[in-house]
Amino acid sequence: MSKEWPLWEIFIRGQHGLNHRHVGSLHAPDAEMAVLNARDVYTRRNEGVSIWVVRSADITASSPSEKGPLFEPANSKVYRHPTFFDIPDEVGHM
Amino acid sequence: MYAQMVKSEGMKSRDEMSAEEQAFQDRIDRGEKIEPKEWMPEGYRKTLIRQIGQHAHSEIVGQLPEGNWITRAPTLERKAILLAKVQDEAGHGLYLYSACETLGVTRDELMELLHAGKMKYSSIFNYPTLTWADMGAVGWLVDGAAIMNQVPLQRTSYGPYSRAMIRICKEESFHQRQGYAIMMKMASGTPAQKKMAQDALNRLWYPSLMMFGPSDKDSVHSAQSMSWKIKMNSNDELRQKFVDQTVPQAEYLGLTVPDPALKWNEDKGGYDFSEPDWSEFYDVLAGNGPCNKDRLGARVKAWEDGAWFRDGLVAHARKAAARRTPAAAE
Repeated sequence: MSKEWPLWEIFIRGQHGLNHRHVGSLHAPDAEMAVLNARDVYTRRNEGVSIWVVRSADITASSPSEKGPLFEPANSKVYRHPTFFDIPDEVGHM
Repeated sequence: MYAQMVKSEGMKSRDEMSAEEQAFQDRIDRGEKIEPKEWMPEGYRKTLIRQIGQHAHSEIVGQLPEGNWITRAPTLERKAILLAKVQDEAGHGLYLYSACETLGVTRDELMELLHAGKMKYSSIFNYPTLTWADMGAVGWLVDGAAIMNQVPLQRTSYGPYSRAMIRICKEESFHQRQGYAIMMKMASGTPAQKKMAQDALNRLWYPSLMMFGPSDKDSVHSAQSMSWKIKMNSNDELRQKFVDQTVPQAEYLGLTVPDPALKWNEDKGGYDFSEPDWSEFYDVLAGNGPCNKDRLGARVKAWEDGAWFRDGLVAHARKAAARRTPAAAE
């Protein structure tokens, strides 16, 4: 069995109530050490108030070749954006 | 520049490219980012591993000349600042190793290549840091030269590299400014302190110019890397920019750049300056600089001395996992 430390993906919640955001990855022997290392590597300047760590091996990603079938259908559905609908100025702000 | 003389591939003309390679080049020309799982030419992958790996190694080895002064910093505040800077270098190394690993090489492989002398780090870190003024000159000149190179690399075509560069650039400005602050203090201090500052500039000026790599006319690896947008500017272009930026800063300090040929050239809107001694550069790269053996020796020793501890943490993690779910023991 390899002695190389597994890779972890690091997610940090910033100061202003936003979602946890992926900031990068690091190696650590276990989850506890991954949180400690993430503190040192990714929050040296007050970047966060909360840390999530997830083993990279546990992430299922969409494949680049699926890009078309997955995301192109949204292209033609412009009516999902509010600017698709013209509202007369007289109506006021909507 | 923390990556020097990165070996690239021969440049292919459009006709020599396969359809896949043409489509790839088109994506880069359109300014799209290339992401880890996407198709890329083998040469692109290999060149990036060499370049990002060398860059990461430079950050890590770059901790050593400064680590030398942590216990000897003149005040507690200076010590805390230097510690924070050296810790940043470790962080920068880690961002870059992670980016490099997305190309299909492991962290341990990169370490082994460095320790076996099969991958390089920047030549600048093979020079000694003899006095406290060197901490000032390193921050001011070495980090200054690194920033010159790293700012344009934020726009590089490889997504993970670009993101690492953005993060690094945010933090790097502190490094240069703390260095310049040390130089200001020394240069306005006693005559002996000013002399130390001048001496540091004298010793580190040419090695800093070497950081950008050999002159464009001798730079054989540039064309392909530039068309792939993993090198954004030529070596001479960045070196010129660095000199133009740094000379007025030296003047402000009342220090003299150790180059009698240095002269403002109105026509080109920049300084004329002397080239560094390139034979010295190649000699340092070949392993014969003043500190090559010390630097690599310190890295190898840290890696080997820490092996039992790294392994211990893995053993602990496995035992703890086994206690939680006996089935997960293997």
